[in-house]
Amino acid sequence: MPINIQLHGIDYAILAIYFIFVLGIGFALKRTMKGSVDFFLSGRSIPAWVTGLAFLSANLGAQEVIGMAASGAKYGIMTSHFYWVGAIPAMVFLAIFMMPFYYGSKARSVPEYLKLRFDEKTRGFNAISFAVMTIFSSGISLHALARLLETLVKWDYWTCIWVCAFIVLVYIFLGGLTSAIYNEVLQFFMIVLGFSPLVYLGLRDVGGWSALKEKLIPVATSQGYAAGTWTQSWAHMGNPIENPMGVNWFAMVMGLGFVLSFGYWCTDFLVVQRAMAAKSMSAARRTPLIAAGPKMLFPILVILPGMIAIALNNQSGGAFLPAGSDGHPDYNMVIPSMLAHYFPPGLLGLGFTALMASFMAGMAGNVTAFNTVWTYDIYQSYIAPKKSDSHYLWMGRWATVFGILVSIGAAFMASKFNNIMDMLQLVFGFVNAPLFATFLLGMFWKRATGHGAFFGLLGGTLAAMAFHGLSCAVGVTPGIKGGWIEPHFLFRSEMGQNFYMAIVAWTSCFLLTIGISILTARTKSDADLKGLVYSLTPKPESEAEPWYMRPAFVGIVVLLITVGLNILFW
Amino acid sequence: MNFDLRLPIGLMFSLFGAILTIYGLISGPEIYQRSLGINVNLWWGGGLLVFGLLMLFFALRKGGDN
Repeated sequence: MPINIQLHGIDYAILAIYFIFVLGIGFALKRTMKGSVDFFLSGRSIPAWVTGLAFLSANLGAQEVIGMAASGAKYGIMTSHFYWVGAIPAMVFLAIFMMPFYYGSKARSVPEYLKLRFDEKTRGFNAISFAVMTIFSSGISLHALARLLETLVKWDYWTCIWVCAFIVLVYIFLGGLTSAIYNEVLQFFMIVLGFSPLVYLGLRDVGGWSALKEKLIPVATSQGYAAGTWTQSWAHMGNPIENPMGVNWFAMVMGLGFVLSFGYWCTDFLVVQRAMAAKSMSAARRTPLIAAGPKMLFPILVILPGMIAIALNNQSGGAFLPAGSDGHPDYNMVIPSMLAHYFPPGLLGLGFTALMASFMAGMAGNVTAFNTVWTYDIYQSYIAPKKSDSHYLWMGRWATVFGILVSIGAAFMASKFNNIMDMLQLVFGFVNAPLFATFLLGMFWKRATGHGAFFGLLGGTLAAMAFHGLSCAVGVTPGIKGGWIEPHFLFRSEMGQNFYMAIVAWTSCFLLTIGISILTARTKSDADLKGLVYSLTPKPESEAEPWYMRPAFVGIVVLLITVGLNILFW
Repeated sequence: MNFDLRLPIGLMFSLFGAILTIYGLISGPEIYQRSLGINVNLWWGGGLLVFGLLMLFFALRKGGDN
């Protein structure tokens, strides 16, 4: 049974008010955009709580809300590893160890840091791949949103695309990064306040946490797993056969926890840009830590609904979730189903608006990261250097228009040729997997050279590609999902394959960078690297903040709570 | 100087809160069957209103020291 959401006048009113505020923020910020630094870095003037929530929110796009709820249904509480093993430790590491170099070096973007630390070609490689990636991600967000609206409320696909793209365009064009950041914070509250009643009603309906645990037992046993698989996060990770993710603890900790999460949270300019806009070094370092607080609790908001939905679906013999094309329940419909099921007119408008907001913020985050990298790292570096600052501000505005038009093109491609998008995402995966090795060596080993970094990255990317060609998940036909050279290594699941691919790419990049750096001469002296490498940078002064506000202390507290959560749901 | 973000957040959620509370008061019980018989518009609207007013209070009290 397909889900159909009936919106009433009051729901439209809430939606309209939200968009008036979103656009209003853009208009109100227009007069503060005087130079390129205002537009791309918010003039480095934003308080930490705002950058912190925006840091979180930039990642809280469709992928998070819809995807994590889907994983909650599909894998149960093991999905929390994406938070309590993946995101949180990486965010703490970024705050304590990496932010001093990003913020302190006065680099305006992550690729620019690579240029300062290594050389032009390393920056070019990162900047170009990142620019292409963000613009396609933005297009994918847009496509997913329009497709969802088409299914749920029967709006026209192309009208949705143009209207949503236009709204995002207007507020970024006017207010630049500040506008995107402010709207991300607005959207953060929309999602938290719009979805919390959903979790409450769902939990109440299912009969509370212990009843939920009870009802998840048949979900696990009917698929051949041990009774507690859906409610225990670590107990079934000894062997990939024991859990629905098909991953063991080593792949989880090293692949997701270390390589992929640190790679994403510590090097992806989309999130790091939010911290770079903070008003001081201490605000920049507090940004990821402030984000870590709510991030720790997000599983309640996004994973728990998935678990509730699958329990109710199982109990009602499949009446809660619509069936997907493969005969399994359509896990991506968890949140929409619950909205339609529990929310009366009024609250439905709030929840529905929150859902739309999450897609649009995902898109806006990508667009702002794109226009910065395009303008500073590509346009100013290779196409038109030494122009006036107002010229770059102008360029940033038009890069926004251009970026959004390309996103629409990407959405068009995604709607017509799904395979091309799968292929692109695959290639992005190859490029991203080794990145963290380059940054780690760059920041903590002064001997790492430009050649080492560039060829290490290239080698890591090729290693990822080769590994993908040589491996695939059991039961998958060799092709886009791997094994296109020869399916030599077999994995229990695509997720397991992906985690091991990341480990191989990271290790290759790490070793190659070390080897090539030793064989090549240094091109940057110790003086050049001051502020860019750990051993050559004076420790950041603790700007007269009390001890309980210091990043190291807050970071340790955050990590201890995370360990506690892991043990609690072991 | 950028404006204090708590201002629009406070305004918007106060507005949402007010709308939902009023709607909760005037709407009949039949639409709350799906929300397990709870008048969620009234309750949650009230919550949003309190949240929005608190944000406004803090935004206006300190007058942009942020």
